[in-house]
Amino acid sequence: MFRDAGLVAGKDLRIELRSQVTMQQVLPFAVLVLILFGIALDPDRGFLGRASAGLFWVTVLFCALLAIQRAFTIEAADGGRDALRLSGLDPAGIFLGKAAAIAVQLLAVEAVLAAGVVLMYGTEVTGVPLLVATIAAATTGLAAAGTLYGVLAAGLRVRETLLPILLLPVLSPVLIGATKAFEAALGGVAADGWPWLGLLVTFALLYLTFGTLAFGTLLEES
Amino acid sequence: MEPAVQLRGAVTLLGRFPALAGIDLDVAAGEIVLFRGPNGAGKTTLLRLCAGLLPLARGEGRVLGHDLADRRQARALRARVGLLGHATGLYDELTVADNVRFWGRAAGADADDVAAALAGCGLDGRLRDVPVAALSAGQRRRTSLACLVARRPELWLLDEPHAGLDHDGRELLDDLVRRAVASGATVLVASHDLERAEALAHRVVTLVGGTTAPASPPAAGSVGPEEVALVP
Repeated sequence: MFRDAGLVAGKDLRIELRSQVTMQQVLPFAVLVLILFGIALDPDRGFLGRASAGLFWVTVLFCALLAIQRAFTIEAADGGRDALRLSGLDPAGIFLGKAAAIAVQLLAVEAVLAAGVVLMYGTEVTGVPLLVATIAAATTGLAAAGTLYGVLAAGLRVRETLLPILLLPVLSPVLIGATKAFEAALGGVAADGWPWLGLLVTFALLYLTFGTLAFGTLLEES
Repeated sequence: MEPAVQLRGAVTLLGRFPALAGIDLDVAAGEIVLFRGPNGAGKTTLLRLCAGLLPLARGEGRVLGHDLADRRQARALRARVGLLGHATGLYDELTVADNVRFWGRAAGADADDVAAALAGCGLDGRLRDVPVAALSAGQRRRTSLACLVARRPELWLLDEPHAGLDHDGRELLDDLVRRAVASGATVLVASHDLERAEALAHRVVTLVGGTTAPASPPAAGSVGPEEVALVP
Protein backbone atom coordinates (compact mmCIF):
# COMPACT_ATOMS: atom_id res chain seq x y z
CA MET A 1 0.00 0.00 0.00
CA PHE A 2 2.73 2.50 0.95
CA ARG A 3 4.86 1.56 -2.09
CA ASP A 4 1.86 2.26 -4.32
CA ALA A 5 1.16 5.51 -2.46
CA GLY A 6 4.73 6.65 -3.08
CA LEU A 7 4.45 5.74 -6.75
CA VAL A 8 1.20 7.69 -7.23
CA ALA A 9 2.38 10.69 -5.19
CA GLY A 10 5.64 10.80 -7.15
CA LYS A 11 3.75 10.66 -10.43
CA ASP A 12 1.31 13.43 -9.44
CA LEU A 13 4.10 15.67 -8.16
CA ARG A 14 6.16 15.08 -11.31
CA ILE A 15 3.13 16.10 -13.38
CA GLU A 16 2.84 19.24 -11.22
CA LEU A 17 6.54 20.03 -11.67
CA ARG A 18 6.18 19.76 -15.44
CA SER A 19 2.85 21.61 -15.72
CA GLN A 20 3.47 24.17 -12.94
CA VAL A 21 -0.29 24.56 -12.41
CA THR A 22 0.06 25.15 -8.65
CA MET A 23 2.98 27.54 -8.98
CA GLN A 24 1.71 29.49 -11.98
CA GLN A 25 -2.05 29.46 -11.39
CA VAL A 26 -3.11 28.39 -7.88
CA LEU A 27 -0.45 30.40 -6.04
CA PRO A 28 -1.08 33.69 -7.90
CA PHE A 29 -4.81 33.10 -7.31
CA ALA A 30 -4.17 32.72 -3.57
CA VAL A 31 -2.09 35.89 -3.35
CA LEU A 32 -4.71 37.76 -5.37
CA VAL A 33 -7.46 36.66 -2.97
CA LEU A 34 -5.33 37.82 -0.04
CA ILE A 35 -4.82 41.23 -1.66
CA LEU A 36 -8.52 41.56 -2.55
CA PHE A 37 -9.51 40.74 1.02
CA GLY A 38 -7.14 43.47 2.15
CA ILE A 39 -8.68 46.02 -0.22
CA ALA A 40 -12.29 45.00 0.43
CA LEU A 41 -12.05 44.88 4.22
CA ASP A 42 -10.52 48.32 4.58
CA PRO A 43 -6.77 48.83 4.83
CA ASP A 44 -7.22 49.18 8.59
CA ARG A 45 -4.48 46.85 9.78
CA GLY A 46 -6.14 46.33 13.15
CA PHE A 47 -9.17 44.64 11.66
CA LEU A 48 -7.22 42.66 9.09
CA GLY A 49 -4.89 41.40 11.81
CA ARG A 50 -7.86 40.11 13.82
CA ALA A 51 -9.51 38.51 10.78
CA SER A 52 -6.31 37.12 9.26
CA ALA A 53 -6.80 33.57 10.59
CA GLY A 54 -10.20 33.21 8.93
CA LEU A 55 -9.06 34.90 5.71
CA PHE A 56 -6.03 32.60 5.54
CA TRP A 57 -8.09 29.42 5.80
CA VAL A 58 -10.86 30.58 3.46
CA THR A 59 -8.16 31.26 0.87
CA VAL A 60 -6.59 27.84 1.52
CA LEU A 61 -10.01 26.25 1.08
CA PHE A 62 -10.41 27.87 -2.36
CA CYS A 63 -6.94 26.70 -3.34
CA ALA A 64 -7.68 23.19 -2.08
CA LEU A 65 -10.69 23.02 -4.42
CA LEU A 66 -8.47 23.92 -7.37
CA ALA A 67 -5.80 21.40 -6.39
CA ILE A 68 -8.35 18.60 -5.91
CA GLN A 69 -10.05 19.36 -9.26
CA ARG A 70 -6.66 19.24 -10.93
CA ALA A 71 -5.70 15.95 -9.24
CA PHE A 72 -8.68 14.21 -10.81
CA THR A 73 -8.66 16.05 -14.13
CA ILE A 74 -5.33 14.44 -14.95
CA GLU A 75 -6.91 11.02 -14.38
CA ALA A 76 -9.97 11.80 -16.49
CA ALA A 77 -7.99 12.45 -19.68
CA ASP A 78 -7.55 9.67 -22.24
CA GLY A 79 -8.88 6.75 -20.22
CA GLY A 80 -6.71 7.39 -17.18
CA ARG A 81 -9.28 6.11 -14.70
CA ASP A 82 -9.65 2.75 -16.47
CA ALA A 83 -5.87 2.53 -16.63
CA LEU A 84 -5.70 3.11 -12.87
CA ARG A 85 -8.30 0.41 -12.25
CA LEU A 86 -6.30 -2.00 -14.42
CA SER A 87 -2.95 -0.99 -12.99
CA GLY A 88 -2.80 -3.45 -10.14
CA LEU A 89 -2.22 -0.59 -7.70
CA ASP A 90 -3.84 -0.95 -4.29
CA PRO A 91 -6.80 1.50 -4.19
CA ALA A 92 -5.80 2.51 -0.66
CA GLY A 93 -2.34 3.29 -2.02
CA ILE A 94 -3.84 5.40 -4.81
CA PHE A 95 -5.90 7.30 -2.21
CA LEU A 96 -2.93 7.96 0.07
CA GLY A 97 -0.69 8.89 -2.86
CA LYS A 98 -3.11 11.38 -4.35
CA ALA A 99 -3.87 12.86 -0.91
CA ALA A 100 -0.15 13.20 -0.19
CA ALA A 101 0.48 14.99 -3.49
CA ILE A 102 -2.40 17.40 -2.83
CA ALA A 103 -1.10 18.01 0.70
CA VAL A 104 2.42 18.84 -0.56
CA GLN A 105 0.99 21.36 -3.05
CA LEU A 106 -1.22 22.92 -0.36
CA LEU A 107 1.73 23.21 2.03
CA ALA A 108 3.64 25.17 -0.61
CA VAL A 109 0.67 27.51 -1.07
CA GLU A 110 0.20 27.86 2.70
CA ALA A 111 3.86 28.80 3.23
CA VAL A 112 3.53 31.68 0.79
CA LEU A 113 0.12 32.69 2.20
CA ALA A 114 1.44 32.69 5.76
CA ALA A 115 4.26 35.03 4.74
CA GLY A 116 1.70 37.19 2.90
CA VAL A 117 -0.58 37.41 5.95
CA VAL A 118 2.30 38.46 8.21
CA LEU A 119 3.63 41.03 5.74
CA MET A 120 0.38 42.44 4.34
CA TYR A 121 -1.94 42.21 7.34
CA GLY A 122 0.71 42.89 9.98
CA THR A 123 -0.21 39.71 11.90
CA GLU A 124 1.95 38.74 14.88
CA VAL A 125 2.87 35.09 15.39
CA THR A 126 2.99 34.11 19.07
CA GLY A 127 2.63 30.33 19.01
CA VAL A 128 4.82 28.75 16.35
CA PRO A 129 4.40 25.09 17.49
CA LEU A 130 0.59 25.43 17.47
CA LEU A 131 0.73 27.16 14.09
CA VAL A 132 2.83 24.39 12.53
CA ALA A 133 0.75 21.61 14.08
CA THR A 134 -2.48 23.26 12.89
CA ILE A 135 -1.18 23.58 9.35
CA ALA A 136 -0.09 19.92 9.33
CA ALA A 137 -3.37 18.56 10.72
CA ALA A 138 -5.69 20.83 8.72
CA THR A 139 -3.81 20.21 5.46
CA THR A 140 -3.96 16.46 6.00
CA GLY A 141 -7.70 16.66 6.64
CA LEU A 142 -8.32 18.86 3.60
CA ALA A 143 -6.30 16.57 1.35
CA ALA A 144 -7.89 13.35 2.65
CA ALA A 145 -11.49 14.57 2.48
CA GLY A 146 -10.80 16.30 -0.84
CA THR A 147 -9.38 13.14 -2.40
CA LEU A 148 -12.37 11.12 -1.25
CA TYR A 149 -14.93 13.59 -2.61
CA GLY A 150 -12.78 14.21 -5.68
CA VAL A 151 -13.04 10.59 -6.80
CA LEU A 152 -16.75 10.60 -5.97
CA ALA A 153 -17.33 13.51 -8.38
CA ALA A 154 -14.70 12.42 -10.91
CA GLY A 155 -16.97 10.37 -13.13
CA LEU A 156 -19.67 13.01 -13.41
CA ARG A 157 -19.97 15.48 -16.27
CA VAL A 158 -20.79 18.27 -13.82
CA ARG A 159 -17.84 17.53 -11.54
CA GLU A 160 -16.37 21.06 -11.73
CA THR A 161 -19.47 22.62 -10.23
CA LEU A 162 -20.55 19.69 -8.07
CA LEU A 163 -17.29 19.25 -6.17
CA PRO A 164 -17.41 22.60 -4.30
CA ILE A 165 -21.07 22.01 -3.38
CA LEU A 166 -20.26 18.56 -2.00
CA LEU A 167 -16.98 19.43 -0.39
CA LEU A 168 -17.34 22.84 1.24
CA PRO A 169 -19.94 21.76 3.85
CA VAL A 170 -17.83 18.71 4.67
CA LEU A 171 -14.75 20.87 5.18
CA SER A 172 -16.48 23.37 7.46
CA PRO A 173 -15.13 21.68 10.66
CA VAL A 174 -11.61 22.16 9.27
CA LEU A 175 -12.31 25.81 8.52
CA ILE A 176 -13.71 26.42 12.01
CA GLY A 177 -11.07 24.40 13.88
CA ALA A 178 -8.12 25.73 11.92
CA THR A 179 -9.33 29.34 12.24
CA LYS A 180 -9.79 29.04 16.00
CA ALA A 181 -6.40 27.37 16.46
CA PHE A 182 -4.75 30.00 14.24
CA GLU A 183 -6.38 32.82 16.22
CA ALA A 184 -4.81 31.38 19.33
CA ALA A 185 -1.42 31.09 17.61
CA LEU A 186 -1.58 34.57 16.06
CA GLY A 187 -1.57 36.93 19.00
CA GLY A 188 -3.99 34.92 21.20
CA VAL A 189 -3.46 32.48 24.05
CA ALA A 190 -1.85 29.36 22.61
CA ALA A 191 -3.46 27.08 25.22
CA ASP A 192 -6.90 27.97 23.81
CA GLY A 193 -5.89 26.51 20.44
CA TRP A 194 -4.90 22.97 21.41
CA PRO A 195 -8.47 21.62 21.81
CA TRP A 196 -9.20 22.88 18.27
CA LEU A 197 -6.09 21.09 17.08
CA GLY A 198 -7.59 17.94 18.58
CA LEU A 199 -10.66 18.42 16.38
CA LEU A 200 -8.45 18.81 13.30
CA VAL A 201 -6.44 15.68 14.10
CA THR A 202 -9.65 13.70 14.65
CA PHE A 203 -11.06 14.94 11.33
CA ALA A 204 -7.85 14.04 9.49
CA LEU A 205 -7.67 10.55 11.02
CA LEU A 206 -11.35 9.93 10.29
CA TYR A 207 -11.03 10.81 6.61
CA LEU A 208 -7.70 9.03 6.21
CA THR A 209 -9.28 5.86 7.59
CA PHE A 210 -12.52 6.21 5.67
CA GLY A 211 -10.68 7.08 2.45
CA THR A 212 -8.33 4.12 2.76
CA LEU A 213 -11.32 1.80 3.15
CA ALA A 214 -13.76 3.36 0.66
CA PHE A 215 -11.61 4.73 -2.16
CA GLY A 216 -11.59 1.43 -4.10
CA THR A 217 -15.38 1.22 -4.15
CA LEU A 218 -15.72 4.87 -5.16
CA LEU A 219 -13.15 4.42 -7.94
CA GLU A 220 -15.20 1.51 -9.26
CA GLU A 221 -18.53 3.30 -9.10
CA SER A 222 -17.42 6.75 -10.32
CA MET B 1 -5.40 -27.55 -18.58
CA GLU B 2 -7.94 -24.85 -17.71
CA PRO B 3 -8.83 -22.48 -20.58
CA ALA B 4 -7.51 -18.94 -20.28
CA VAL B 5 -11.01 -17.64 -21.01
CA GLN B 6 -14.23 -19.56 -20.48
CA LEU B 7 -17.64 -17.89 -20.91
CA ARG B 8 -21.03 -19.57 -20.71
CA GLY B 9 -24.13 -17.53 -21.57
CA ALA B 10 -22.27 -14.38 -20.55
CA VAL B 11 -24.44 -11.27 -20.47
CA THR B 12 -23.03 -7.78 -19.87
CA LEU B 13 -25.21 -4.70 -19.63
CA LEU B 14 -24.24 -1.17 -20.60
CA GLY B 15 -26.91 0.67 -18.67
CA ARG B 16 -29.94 -1.50 -19.48
CA PHE B 17 -28.70 -2.51 -22.93
CA PRO B 18 -27.29 -6.04 -23.23
CA ALA B 19 -24.05 -5.29 -25.07
CA LEU B 20 -23.18 -8.97 -24.67
CA ALA B 21 -26.30 -11.11 -24.96
CA GLY B 22 -25.24 -14.60 -23.92
CA ILE B 23 -21.80 -15.44 -25.26
CA ASP B 24 -20.19 -18.86 -25.06
CA LEU B 25 -16.46 -18.86 -25.59
CA ASP B 26 -13.41 -20.97 -24.80
CA VAL B 27 -9.92 -19.70 -25.40
CA ALA B 28 -6.98 -21.96 -24.64
CA ALA B 29 -3.82 -20.62 -23.05
CA GLY B 30 -1.36 -19.51 -25.71
CA GLU B 31 -4.04 -18.93 -28.32
CA ILE B 32 -4.50 -15.78 -30.44
CA VAL B 33 -8.20 -15.23 -31.13
CA LEU B 34 -9.50 -12.52 -33.44
CA PHE B 35 -12.96 -11.08 -32.84
CA ARG B 36 -14.53 -9.50 -35.86
CA GLY B 37 -17.92 -8.01 -36.46
CA PRO B 38 -19.69 -4.77 -37.29
CA ASN B 39 -19.61 -1.69 -35.07
CA GLY B 40 -21.64 -2.28 -31.92
CA ALA B 41 -21.31 -6.06 -32.14
CA GLY B 42 -19.85 -6.22 -28.63
CA LYS B 43 -16.14 -6.66 -29.37
CA THR B 44 -14.91 -3.91 -27.05
CA THR B 45 -17.39 -4.93 -24.37
CA LEU B 46 -16.14 -8.51 -24.56
CA LEU B 47 -12.54 -7.37 -24.09
CA ARG B 48 -13.51 -5.13 -21.17
CA LEU B 49 -15.44 -8.00 -19.57
CA CYS B 50 -12.37 -10.22 -19.90
CA ALA B 51 -10.28 -7.44 -18.30
CA GLY B 52 -12.55 -7.43 -15.25
CA LEU B 53 -13.64 -3.86 -15.98
CA LEU B 54 -17.30 -4.67 -16.64
CA PRO B 55 -19.50 -6.83 -14.43
CA LEU B 56 -21.03 -10.08 -15.56
CA ALA B 57 -24.82 -9.56 -15.34
CA ARG B 58 -25.78 -13.17 -16.09
CA GLY B 59 -24.11 -16.41 -17.06
CA GLU B 60 -20.72 -17.72 -16.04
CA GLY B 61 -17.24 -16.52 -16.80
CA ARG B 62 -13.72 -17.44 -15.77
CA VAL B 63 -10.62 -15.62 -16.99
CA LEU B 64 -7.19 -16.92 -15.94
CA GLY B 65 -9.04 -18.87 -13.26
CA HIS B 66 -10.77 -15.80 -11.81
CA ASP B 67 -14.56 -15.99 -11.47
CA LEU B 68 -15.96 -12.87 -13.17
CA ALA B 69 -19.18 -13.11 -11.14
CA ASP B 70 -17.14 -12.43 -8.00
CA ARG B 71 -16.29 -8.70 -7.95
CA ARG B 72 -13.26 -9.26 -5.74
CA GLN B 73 -11.84 -11.92 -8.07
CA ALA B 74 -12.59 -9.77 -11.12
CA ARG B 75 -10.58 -6.94 -9.57
CA ALA B 76 -7.70 -9.28 -8.77
CA LEU B 77 -7.69 -10.41 -12.40
CA ARG B 78 -6.86 -6.91 -13.65
CA ALA B 79 -3.26 -7.04 -12.49
CA ARG B 80 -2.72 -10.06 -14.79
CA VAL B 81 -4.16 -8.60 -18.00
CA GLY B 82 -3.07 -5.82 -20.33
CA LEU B 83 -5.63 -3.84 -22.30
CA LEU B 84 -4.67 -1.79 -25.34
CA GLY B 85 -7.86 0.14 -25.97
CA HIS B 86 -9.01 3.20 -27.85
CA ALA B 87 -7.81 5.42 -24.99
CA THR B 88 -4.12 5.25 -24.17
CA GLY B 89 -4.21 6.00 -20.43
CA LEU B 90 -1.08 8.14 -20.80
CA TYR B 91 -0.26 11.33 -18.91
CA ASP B 92 0.42 14.15 -21.36
CA GLU B 93 2.80 16.06 -19.08
CA LEU B 94 5.07 13.07 -18.46
CA THR B 95 7.67 11.81 -20.88
CA VAL B 96 7.43 8.50 -22.72
CA ALA B 97 9.90 6.93 -20.26
CA ASP B 98 8.04 8.36 -17.23
CA ASN B 99 4.77 6.86 -18.43
CA VAL B 100 6.20 3.42 -19.16
CA ARG B 101 8.07 3.46 -15.84
CA PHE B 102 4.93 4.40 -13.87
CA TRP B 103 2.59 1.83 -15.43
CA GLY B 104 5.30 -0.82 -15.42
CA ARG B 105 6.23 -0.30 -11.78
CA ALA B 106 2.53 -0.24 -10.83
CA ALA B 107 2.40 -3.84 -12.05
CA GLY B 108 5.62 -4.79 -10.27
CA ALA B 109 8.02 -4.41 -13.21
CA ASP B 110 11.63 -3.53 -12.43
CA ALA B 111 13.95 -1.12 -14.24
CA ASP B 112 15.16 -3.84 -16.62
CA ASP B 113 11.58 -4.69 -17.67
CA VAL B 114 10.89 -1.01 -18.34
CA ALA B 115 14.10 -0.56 -20.34
CA ALA B 116 13.34 -3.72 -22.34
CA ALA B 117 9.79 -2.52 -23.07
CA LEU B 118 11.06 0.85 -24.28
CA ALA B 119 13.68 -0.79 -26.47
CA GLY B 120 11.26 -3.44 -27.74
CA CYS B 121 8.83 -0.75 -28.90
CA GLY B 122 11.53 1.39 -30.48
CA LEU B 123 11.18 4.13 -27.87
CA ASP B 124 14.67 4.09 -26.39
CA GLY B 125 16.02 6.74 -28.73
CA ARG B 126 15.14 10.41 -28.97
CA LEU B 127 11.46 9.74 -28.15
CA ARG B 128 12.30 8.45 -24.69
CA ASP B 129 12.40 11.89 -23.07
CA VAL B 130 9.70 13.56 -25.14
CA PRO B 131 6.49 14.57 -23.29
CA VAL B 132 3.55 12.48 -24.45
CA ALA B 133 1.64 15.66 -25.35
CA ALA B 134 4.15 16.25 -28.14
CA LEU B 135 3.73 12.79 -29.71
CA SER B 136 1.79 11.87 -32.84
CA ALA B 137 -1.15 9.45 -32.55
CA GLY B 138 1.01 6.55 -33.73
CA GLN B 139 3.77 7.37 -31.26
CA ARG B 140 1.21 7.55 -28.45
CA ARG B 141 -0.01 4.12 -29.52
CA ARG B 142 3.54 2.76 -29.38
CA THR B 143 3.99 4.26 -25.91
CA SER B 144 0.76 2.68 -24.76
CA LEU B 145 1.97 -0.63 -26.18
CA ALA B 146 5.27 -0.23 -24.30
CA CYS B 147 3.31 0.28 -21.06
CA LEU B 148 1.46 -2.97 -21.75
CA VAL B 149 4.69 -4.84 -22.55
CA ALA B 150 6.35 -3.57 -19.35
CA ARG B 151 3.45 -5.00 -17.34
CA ARG B 152 4.18 -8.50 -18.78
CA PRO B 153 0.49 -9.52 -18.74
CA GLU B 154 -0.65 -13.12 -19.09
CA LEU B 155 -3.66 -12.08 -21.16
CA TRP B 156 -3.32 -9.40 -23.87
CA LEU B 157 -6.55 -7.67 -24.83
CA LEU B 158 -6.03 -5.64 -27.98
CA ASP B 159 -8.80 -3.40 -29.28
CA GLU B 160 -8.07 -2.22 -32.83
CA PRO B 161 -4.35 -2.54 -32.08
CA HIS B 162 -3.15 -1.64 -35.58
CA ALA B 163 -5.14 1.61 -35.74
CA GLY B 164 -2.91 4.67 -36.01
CA LEU B 165 0.30 2.67 -36.47
CA ASP B 166 2.52 2.97 -39.53
CA HIS B 167 3.81 -0.09 -41.40
CA ASP B 168 6.81 -0.54 -39.10
CA GLY B 169 4.62 -0.10 -36.06
CA ARG B 170 2.22 -2.78 -37.27
CA GLU B 171 5.08 -5.18 -37.92
CA LEU B 172 6.45 -4.43 -34.47
CA LEU B 173 3.08 -5.05 -32.83
CA ASP B 174 2.62 -8.39 -34.61
CA ASP B 175 6.13 -9.42 -33.61
CA LEU B 176 5.49 -8.49 -29.97
CA VAL B 177 2.24 -10.48 -29.97
CA ARG B 178 3.94 -13.56 -31.40
CA ARG B 179 6.75 -13.30 -28.86
CA ALA B 180 4.25 -12.88 -26.00
CA VAL B 181 2.39 -16.01 -27.12
CA ALA B 182 5.67 -17.89 -27.44
CA SER B 183 6.34 -17.06 -23.81
CA GLY B 184 2.93 -18.36 -22.72
CA ALA B 185 0.58 -15.38 -22.99
CA THR B 186 -2.90 -15.53 -24.50
CA VAL B 187 -4.10 -12.82 -26.88
CA LEU B 188 -7.61 -11.62 -27.76
CA VAL B 189 -7.77 -9.15 -30.63
CA ALA B 190 -10.75 -7.10 -31.81
CA SER B 191 -10.09 -5.59 -35.20
CA HIS B 192 -11.51 -4.32 -38.44
CA ASP B 193 -8.10 -4.65 -40.08
CA LEU B 194 -8.93 -8.23 -41.00
CA GLU B 195 -6.16 -8.91 -43.48
CA ARG B 196 -3.44 -8.23 -40.94
CA ALA B 197 -5.26 -9.53 -37.86
CA GLU B 198 -6.33 -12.79 -39.53
CA ALA B 199 -2.73 -13.48 -40.46
CA LEU B 200 -1.84 -13.11 -36.80
CA ALA B 201 -4.73 -15.08 -35.28
CA HIS B 202 -5.03 -18.81 -34.72
CA ARG B 203 -8.80 -18.56 -34.77
CA VAL B 204 -11.50 -16.08 -35.79
CA VAL B 205 -14.77 -15.54 -33.91
CA THR B 206 -17.50 -13.41 -35.45
CA LEU B 207 -19.68 -11.31 -33.16
CA VAL B 208 -23.05 -9.95 -34.21
CA GLY B 209 -25.51 -8.17 -31.95
CA GLY B 210 -23.71 -9.09 -28.76
CA THR B 211 -23.39 -12.76 -29.45
CA THR B 212 -21.26 -15.13 -31.49
CA ALA B 213 -22.42 -15.74 -35.05
CA PRO B 214 -22.33 -19.07 -36.91
CA ALA B 215 -19.17 -19.54 -38.92
CA SER B 216 -19.32 -19.03 -42.64
CA PRO B 217 -17.55 -21.61 -44.80
CA PRO B 218 -13.99 -20.61 -45.65
CA ALA B 219 -13.35 -19.35 -49.15
CA ALA B 220 -11.92 -21.87 -51.62
CA GLY B 221 -8.15 -22.03 -51.32
CA SER B 222 -8.18 -20.03 -48.08
CA VAL B 223 -5.11 -20.50 -45.94
CA GLY B 224 -6.38 -18.19 -43.15
CA PRO B 225 -7.04 -19.19 -39.58
CA GLU B 226 -9.71 -21.61 -38.52
CA GLU B 227 -13.10 -19.91 -38.19
CA VAL B 228 -15.22 -21.25 -35.39
CA ALA B 229 -18.90 -21.05 -34.67
CA LEU B 230 -19.50 -20.82 -30.94
CA VAL B 231 -23.28 -20.68 -30.88
CA PRO B 232 -24.67 -23.98 -29.60
